[in-house]
Amino acid sequence: MVTPRSVYLSRRRWLAAALALPAAASAGQKIENFRKTGYGKGESLTPYDAVTSYNNYYEFGTAKEDPARHARNFRTRPWTVRVEGEALKPRTFDLDEILRLAPLEERIYRMRCVEGWSMVIPWIGFPLAELLRQAEPKSTAKFVAFESYFDLKQMPRGAWAGIPFPYVEGLRIDEAMHPLTILSAGLYGELLPNQNGAPLRLVVPWKYGFKSIKSIVRIRLVKNQPPTTWNLANPQEYGFYSNVNPDVDHPRWSQKKERRIGEFFKRDTLLFNGYGNEVASLYTGMDLRKHY
Amino acid sequence: MIRDLLTSRAARPVLLLLCLLPAAWLAAAAWRGALGVNPVEKITHETGQWTLRLLLATLAITPLRRIAGWPELIRFRRMLGLAAFFYATLHLFTYLWLDQFFDWNAIARDIAKRRFITAGMVSFALLLPLAFTSTRRWIARLGGARWQRLHRLVYPAAAAGVIHFWWLVKSDIREPALYAAILAVLLAARLVWRRAKAAAGAAAPAQTSAR
Repeated sequence: MVTPRSVYLSRRRWLAAALALPAAASAGQKIENFRKTGYGKGESLTPYDAVTSYNNYYEFGTAKEDPARHARNFRTRPWTVRVEGEALKPRTFDLDEILRLAPLEERIYRMRCVEGWSMVIPWIGFPLAELLRQAEPKSTAKFVAFESYFDLKQMPRGAWAGIPFPYVEGLRIDEAMHPLTILSAGLYGELLPNQNGAPLRLVVPWKYGFKSIKSIVRIRLVKNQPPTTWNLANPQEYGFYSNVNPDVDHPRWSQKKERRIGEFFKRDTLLFNGYGNEVASLYTGMDLRKHY
Repeated sequence: MIRDLLTSRAARPVLLLLCLLPAAWLAAAAWRGALGVNPVEKITHETGQWTLRLLLATLAITPLRRIAGWPELIRFRRMLGLAAFFYATLHLFTYLWLDQFFDWNAIARDIAKRRFITAGMVSFALLLPLAFTSTRRWIARLGGARWQRLHRLVYPAAAAGVIHFWWLVKSDIREPALYAAILAVLLAARLVWRRAKAAAGAAAPAQTSAR
């Protein structure tokens, strides 16, 4: 009997991934097999120390240095991600299986925080679309809802964050399927440090950083626009779309400029964080002031 | 014992050094490049926090004098107030220079549009005449009663400062809430004493002048 092509392909991927990711994978471990891409050519990378010591991950505390300090013992293995909802094949994936779904790529993306600072980060991951396709979304799936891990025992500081947990986020289905949207499992050539959202996080580079939800445990394909954490906490300040937009200010501060971490002078913030060529068409005809 | 320390000649120079310590620490850290990943944010937060702490310390002098029975604490009030103003000035210039690079249009828009910046600016504007009239000469020129009335502006200045901080934070309000609680206690103490005084005045009809 001839081995079906899809099976032997997945086997090859499995072998590749097995070499790349030993069973007892842990944060900081080198990822051997990933392919470089053209994304972010010419950008100078934000230093590793800055990327891994200046984080917003409120489950581990609200100060920038809290996550690096308090996520150290966060358990990211074993880890499963449930993909369900408006899907023909809803199921639970083991993390190691997810990392074998598609070849891992390095994507150097700009990351713009809603607070007015930015970084350039060499993520390692693969398009979210690859995972969603595995579950075979129905035509009724118009949005994708994401949920982070939350456990007060491991994240006692989450009790004081002032926002509800588990953290939830959402994308429209076309945003979720967009080739720029990735699931990331690593940065700087190694598995994600816990403070950066290990073991698996979303990266949507044309939206403010808080859309890129960390430590994902559940992905639901849904019919209606799902609730999102910062929008629940403060609807006037954080919209569902939250596309980077210098012309739509946060009510409390201007979004026209940003401080690239490591630079002295501020730079101009770009519409869609400079990814307009790729994503502007998603929003044709939409009033971006109204849908902020 | 404690009162001897408070009245000692070294007390004020020591307090001055203590007040300058955070600034010296910031300067040293800046020199060593040890202000972390976002140095401007760090400087902004530290100078803002020290402004609030020193304002609250200034406001704590009067209640402490009465409760602890250490009237000599008054010797330190002006220095604490001026130190608060010093950090407020550093804080403001960090914003004007390192954050906005003296882009006056953007700054004007910020003040008008961002309520937390409005509150901060109000606080600074209220502190300005107090720092300016902090000398003995100005007390003499204005006369004690008028000078004192003017310097009650420190209450709204401190309140605006705490509101400024409260409106800045995104969701975790513990720190601004702590400052607000301390300020509330310090202001409430004054209110209580004022009431008590008024009641005592009413109970003693011999008093001539109605206040």
